Amino acid sequence: MLAPLSWLKDYVDIDVTPKELEEKLFSCGFEVEELIEVGKEISNVVVGYVKECEPIPDTHLSLCQVDAGEHGTFQICCGADNVHAGGKYPLALVGATVYATAKDHVTIEGVMTIKKGKLRGYESFGMLCSGTELGLNEDLYPGAGYNGLLVLPEDAPVGADVKPMLGLDDWIFDIAITANRPDCQSIYGIAREVAAVLGKECKEPALDYTETGVKKENFTVRVDAQDLCPRYIAHYVHDVEIKESPAWMRRRLALVGIGSISNVVDITNYVLKELGQPMHAFDYAYLEGDAIRVRRANEGEKITTLDEKEFSLDSSNLVICDGKKPVALAGIMGGLNSEILDTTKEVMFEAAKFARDNIRKSSRALGQSSDSSAMYAKGVYEYTTVMAMKRALHLIEELGCGKVSSTHVEVSTGNSLEPKEMKVSVKRVNGVLGIEVPNDDILRILTNLNFAPEIHGDELTIQVPAYREDMDSYPDVAEEIIRMYGYDHVVPTFMPTAKVTLGGLNLKQKTELKLKNALCAAGAYEGIHYSFFSPSDLDLLRLPENAPERKAIQLINPINIDLSLMRTTLAPEMLHAIARNQKKGILSGRIFELGNIFLPKELPLTEYPDERETLCVGVFGENESFYTLKGIAETVAEALDLTFTYEASTKTFLHPYQTAEVFCQGEKVGYLGKVSYEIADELDMRVSAYVMELDLRTLSQWYGKPQVFVPLPKFAEEKRDFAFVVDKDITCAQIENGIKEACNYVTDVELFDVYEGIQLGPNKKSMAFSVVFTPKDEEFTGEMVEGFVKKILKNLERTLQITLRA
Amino acid sequence: MKEKLQKIRENAIAEIENSEGLDRLNEVRTAILGKKGELTAVLKGMKDVAPEDRPKVGQWVNETREAIEKRLAEKLEKLEAEALRMRYESEKLDVTMPAVKNERGNLHPITQVRNQLIDIFGSMGFEVYEGTEIETDYYNFTALNTPQDHPARDMQDTFYLSPEFLLRTQTSAGQIHVMEAKKPPIKIISPGKVFRSDDDATHSPMFTQMEGLVVDKGITLCDLKGMLDEFVKKIFGKDTTTRLRPSYFPFTEPSVEVDVSCFQCGGKGCKLCKGTGWIEVLGAGVVNNKVLEGCNIDTEEYSGFAFGIGVERIAMLKYGINNIKLLFESDLRVLKQIDD
Repeated sequence: MLAPLSWLKDYVDIDVTPKELEEKLFSCGFEVEELIEVGKEISNVVVGYVKECEPIPDTHLSLCQVDAGEHGTFQICCGADNVHAGGKYPLALVGATVYATAKDHVTIEGVMTIKKGKLRGYESFGMLCSGTELGLNEDLYPGAGYNGLLVLPEDAPVGADVKPMLGLDDWIFDIAITANRPDCQSIYGIAREVAAVLGKECKEPALDYTETGVKKENFTVRVDAQDLCPRYIAHYVHDVEIKESPAWMRRRLALVGIGSISNVVDITNYVLKELGQPMHAFDYAYLEGDAIRVRRANEGEKITTLDEKEFSLDSSNLVICDGKKPVALAGIMGGLNSEILDTTKEVMFEAAKFARDNIRKSSRALGQSSDSSAMYAKGVYEYTTVMAMKRALHLIEELGCGKVSSTHVEVSTGNSLEPKEMKVSVKRVNGVLGIEVPNDDILRILTNLNFAPEIHGDELTIQVPAYREDMDSYPDVAEEIIRMYGYDHVVPTFMPTAKVTLGGLNLKQKTELKLKNALCAAGAYEGIHYSFFSPSDLDLLRLPENAPERKAIQLINPINIDLSLMRTTLAPEMLHAIARNQKKGILSGRIFELGNIFLPKELPLTEYPDERETLCVGVFGENESFYTLKGIAETVAEALDLTFTYEASTKTFLHPYQTAEVFCQGEKVGYLGKVSYEIADELDMRVSAYVMELDLRTLSQWYGKPQVFVPLPKFAEEKRDFAFVVDKDITCAQIENGIKEACNYVTDVELFDVYEGIQLGPNKKSMAFSVVFTPKDEEFTGEMVEGFVKKILKNLERTLQITLRA
Repeated sequence: MKEKLQKIRENAIAEIENSEGLDRLNEVRTAILGKKGELTAVLKGMKDVAPEDRPKVGQWVNETREAIEKRLAEKLEKLEAEALRMRYESEKLDVTMPAVKNERGNLHPITQVRNQLIDIFGSMGFEVYEGTEIETDYYNFTALNTPQDHPARDMQDTFYLSPEFLLRTQTSAGQIHVMEAKKPPIKIISPGKVFRSDDDATHSPMFTQMEGLVVDKGITLCDLKGMLDEFVKKIFGKDTTTRLRPSYFPFTEPSVEVDVSCFQCGGKGCKLCKGTGWIEVLGAGVVNNKVLEGCNIDTEEYSGFAFGIGVERIAMLKYGINNIKLLFESDLRVLKQIDD
């Protein structure tokens, strides 16, 4: 919100510097995002009086002798067509700074420093300036838009700094207003806070006017949609004379970023900025049937707004109608059919409170907005409707642009605009803060904020003005006090009255951290990816139409289609991450992500979906293989103190012969495999990638097994190596199981060599295993171990037709 | 005989001295002392020596043998020392060549900060509660004193999944679940992903927050300040101080923004703190009595404070990461950098 210092000074006697005021506002909850010095770039420009002015022959230049009072008299070469002897103009002295303009004399191209110069052989000691060179335009100062010198008033004191007389010594505060204080979205609202923080009086803007007695006897206002319009005020103004607004109003509007249109329109904008109340002015001549009706739009009803855009409406939109048709989109923009024109002679002013949410939704749905709709969306209080209407009527009189009739219609649901009494306990207020604010300070602060406080014993009674709808309970009072008393009064304590509690991580959190650390130790880096992904990611994985992953929760309002689904698998973004790294020339790496997938029970959502903690690991590079990723799976199993088993499987996005499903305690817990060549190609991968997903939620049921020490074996273990010749299709797991099931003294089976060669015959391979036998209650004898070996060989031969290699 | 032995000795010693390498020395040893060696042959020939001469010859033979063995041992030692030296020399490395690395990965910078925060608050007695990313409108807004038409809803652009369900915009949503499930004393932190429909140079549609909540007897704004003072010292350094200034959140009253003294310039003003000496790090406040009452907590007896920390903001400040988007792209050049 922009608040010019000069405007604030209308209401408060501000006797601190702008910088000090910025700090004061900051301390009481109003952050000044930018403190703009209006004439910051302008310096050493004074009132110059042209004593003599002679044209320089054969040029467009004039040679002037310019009196600059105490600064001296200077010879200036000037090219402007409006320079003449006896005139007063801004004179930039040597060393002055002003804006440099382009050839068009309008566009500002930075700042320049004035130097002594020589034109056509004539020396020049400074420069006479245009309005543009001083950063002014026609709205900011009359005459400043002229493409020539800016003419100063005849009574301007020669040699004086021009900045104060041109308003260039002004400051603008760009203030961030929190959502609970819509009452401060106006100059006057800020002025109330400035007065409170400075401990000064806040003068109310002039609201007086005289009614002419003229009446529109038949004029009626009817509010059908009272839920959306709790208060509507209309006032008729006659003998209107549309013309330009006075310079002071145009300047103020320009300072807050509003261009001047005409006196009546400017008044509505002025009141909007001054009091925070959007207003509208209808040309009464175009209102049919002497009536205003506030209602929901009919289905398909049309309106063309001031900016000549046509809208088709429905019952969610609130419209202002005359006796026959919509004449304004309530709170958003007036209709073109009743616009104020140069010919307008009668005006109906509107000041109303519309439901914030309705205006906001209509504005969004229709894609139409204005300063008014923005203000309604922030919140307009009924309190200001009355004040704003008075202010607008006062300004009509002050500007002499019309006569205030006696036709004033106010329709309301009867909400009180009077202060509301509120009683709170002083002890309780101090209890929120943890300090004792002296009663005198409480009274002083709340008085400054217009709360008319009284304290009797522990009871604090305040009268809450109607523009403070945010005030509701004792903590609000505590906040009002402390923000003015100062947060530096808050002394640090460390919960002296609180119970001691045990903090830290629970088992699941600890286990996840342990898992992450184990993965880091295995050379993997943790990545974090968005929880949403793209429908195209599901296509990337070649998932069939009926794949469970396709049953994903959709965002109603995603940023774009690529972020429109809650992910049901972590794999796609892992593949993208791998591809991105490869594109940047990183050709090997390990990445893991621990995140949620979102599985809806039904769609659309009617209950919380299942958010399943899932681990995804991706590895890529020349040195990676199915087995290196499987090694990471084993790292995971070890970190969780679990045992995984693997079975060959297929996935639509993985290599058909390098894919496994992972099992734990007989339950399927995930998969791993090599990314298919089709997908690697599609993603422009240069080296092979492997990906794994594990369902940590399922695994979590086995987290935190008690750690029990197993005593070292009392008797020596025996180890035997076997080399088998087997069919190529026989798996390592089949043989391992065959060995284990044959003898329950086997505690470890490990494949240590695989060999294929012609001498073994086609479709054969040799596999060598090392088997450990651990004794239980007695020492092994040679015969016992031989017995085990026999049993194993017999079992393998019977079940898998496996024999020892010759 | 004596001459013969003398000759053997001289020859042997010469051979030993001339031996280059352990292999040759062994050959020499075998040629003299081996089963078929010269000296062994002399011993074997003892039977041809007159019995009365045998002790004398025996002694000569032994002397010769000892002398040769001594020389052999000396030479062996020398050759071994030489061999070792050669071995070392042959294994000379260029120590400036690249190391063989056993690469260790890192936790994500956000996880690192998150863990640091959990350590700090855990040591202060805070439990860690993790809520869900998908929340209801009720828990994310309404129960946090932000009903349907509340202006504060405009502060956050919310992703909706259905009229009722949304992606949580703040970890504050977890507050209510905790207060419904548990009676005071409550001391929790709740880290997690949150979502807002913002996607530009400085905003990511997903980011990480950590909510903190304390509800107990006699908790005040002073306690909030005291706890925050401790926290910022631990995370940003012991000279860091805090400044509270008024702000607004619907679920706290009073609400404050918490600034810390700039840990780069110590408060003098620099680029990081934009010359102000202060850096905004978190929002906080005294829990709004309406929120407590909504969870059936007696506000006559209990009060509390809450705070919300932007984890990315802390990570970016601490490590000087200049673009939030980098945190979600898994660029290994980024992930490999921070190991705090």
